[in-house]
Amino acid sequence: MDTLIPYLLLSAGLFCVGLTGVMLRRNAILILAGVELMLNAANINFVAFWRFHPGADDMSGLVMVLFTIAIAAAEAAVGLALVISIFRHYRSTDPEILEDLKG
Amino acid sequence: MWFEDLLISLKQQIVMIAPEHFRPVFSAMLSTIPILSAFGGLFAVITLVERKMLGRIQNRYGPNRVGPGGIFQPIADGIKMLTKEDIIPFSANQFLHLIAPLLLLVTAMLGLAVIPFGHKLVAVEFEAGILFFFAIGGAAELAVFIAGWASRNKYALLGSLRAIAQMISYEIPLVLSSVAVLMAAGSLSLPEVVEAQAGGIQSWYIWTPWGFLGCILFLIATLAEVNRSPFDIPEAESELIAGHMTEYSGFKYAIFFLAEFVAMFAMCALTATLFLGGFHAPLPILDFIPGPFWLFAKLILLVLLFIWIRGTMPRLRADQLMEFAWKFMLPMSVMNLVTTGVWISLGGGVFAWVVGAVMNAGAYFGWSRLLSQSSRVKPRVYRYAEETKANV
Amino acid sequence: MNLVFAIIALITLASAIAAMCLRNLVHCVLCLTVTFTGIAMTYLQLSAQFVGFSQIMVYVGAVSVLVIFALLMTRGGNELNLRDWNPRHWLIGLGTGLLTFGVMATGIFKSSLTRSAAPDSKTESVKTIGESLLNEYVLPLEALALLLTVALIGAALLAMPERKTASSPHSDRPQTKGDPTN
Repeated sequence: MDTLIPYLLLSAGLFCVGLTGVMLRRNAILILAGVELMLNAANINFVAFWRFHPGADDMSGLVMVLFTIAIAAAEAAVGLALVISIFRHYRSTDPEILEDLKG
Repeated sequence: MWFEDLLISLKQQIVMIAPEHFRPVFSAMLSTIPILSAFGGLFAVITLVERKMLGRIQNRYGPNRVGPGGIFQPIADGIKMLTKEDIIPFSANQFLHLIAPLLLLVTAMLGLAVIPFGHKLVAVEFEAGILFFFAIGGAAELAVFIAGWASRNKYALLGSLRAIAQMISYEIPLVLSSVAVLMAAGSLSLPEVVEAQAGGIQSWYIWTPWGFLGCILFLIATLAEVNRSPFDIPEAESELIAGHMTEYSGFKYAIFFLAEFVAMFAMCALTATLFLGGFHAPLPILDFIPGPFWLFAKLILLVLLFIWIRGTMPRLRADQLMEFAWKFMLPMSVMNLVTTGVWISLGGGVFAWVVGAVMNAGAYFGWSRLLSQSSRVKPRVYRYAEETKANV
Repeated sequence: MNLVFAIIALITLASAIAAMCLRNLVHCVLCLTVTFTGIAMTYLQLSAQFVGFSQIMVYVGAVSVLVIFALLMTRGGNELNLRDWNPRHWLIGLGTGLLTFGVMATGIFKSSLTRSAAPDSKTESVKTIGESLLNEYVLPLEALALLLTVALIGAALLAMPERKTASSPHSDRPQTKGDPTN
């Protein structure tokens, strides 16, 4: 509570967990969930820096967080619609089957 | 005012009993316990009132065996629910099966925390109080999904997906109708919304053109959010048995029932706070009667209205329900926001009232006429049992 | 460090790791929901009430339900996905994650920015957020509105089932049912 360090460590930890999830999971929906986790970790950073900034009426950090929440939700919606549409065609959500353009 | 001051000084004196470190927790408990016990008692009374009132609408007596006129029926119901066997399916997820009704009950009861019961009688004072209420209401959908999925029953899962779709569809008109009130009051905090309606019955928001339409939309959306008739597909017995509550019996089913009623009470209290002036008396001379009495009176009137609607209207089909939400209520609530903006910028006098009423009435009649034209009855198609090439 | 924040951080990290590790996909999404709630509690701890409640409303109320619906529509809710966590690459993946965390932690501890700041009592007011949204940040706000509209229409279009044309050469034969690609 006295310094920024615990909040930034939490944010870095969540970001790395999300990054590991994106790299290792073989289901497209869970990759999107990992991306959401990374975006939330960045949001914690914004709010922590907003809290520790001296200006009394400066709400820029919170405005950034509101925009990021909205954009992340929109991106999740479009990404999941894409996953559903791919599933209709290939009958699987494994991202490694999408290799028609390979080679 | 005297009642609120009496309660606050009583609470401060009781808090002094506790040792120094526990005072905040003790104070929070002293705020919470009266509210929860009051609404628990109200739940018991309203179950009996509902059954008797539905009976009277359907030209029969309600339950009248247990006590004089049936007033001990809730106790009998409680004993029955508590002594039933708790059957859990063998392949169900035991942990999630237990968590789901508790989560639903917690989200319903948390909504009671931000409602002002008197002049300084709010359990928690948030600056964004209404946002807290709607956020917690949004978390209730997840509890419905967990209930349906953890039962490991296809019908429960389908029923819970339909219930979630219904709750999500009606959340948008609910929030948008309340945003009109927030625009007029100028703050998201509920005590300030009530303060903006002070001074008697003429300054309640329901008499303004946007308030009238907003209150009707808010009440319809409340009916849909708590899965109450005519929107009670998730809990009706002719539709997918009991939806997401199929595999629940005994005490857990009682918790679902309690959670639904407490959610209804919380939303009726919010309606009374937003549109009907909260804890203010209708006439300034009746101000000596304490605030919580007026809030409970308005709440009970709204609950009786809900029971009346339940006894009168048939159930909506699932696609009729969704069409109503997305095609009618969402554009009407957006139009309500525009009318609110016009009303506020015109100052709020008689001219603003007339302009607002014309805009809302024009939107309502025009839009409903436009929507009803697209589903005109088509000419009948007769298919005869003739010999075709297939069945020769 | 505050005890309350330590508990919240522990819950958030544990559920995030569980969300990325579990094999049953619906359990993963439920742990992700607990993570989002933990993040909202962190926001409330930092006295950002509006953002905290918006986080619960958007993520726990809407995005979690969206992910669950998508999961159930792509047959993820039935069986355990045994091929999901690929054991050949987990060492490299974990190593990369830990390396990234190490780099970021080194940066955090060595920087003077994070050490010298002491908090004053900063409270947010919704009125100030609204004013700054409509005065300084009005262009991103309108762009966000456009983005949300496009995303809504696009997602609905992408997820709609493809419509088969209704014309068939023999109109008195019964229509074929059970089309395998629909």
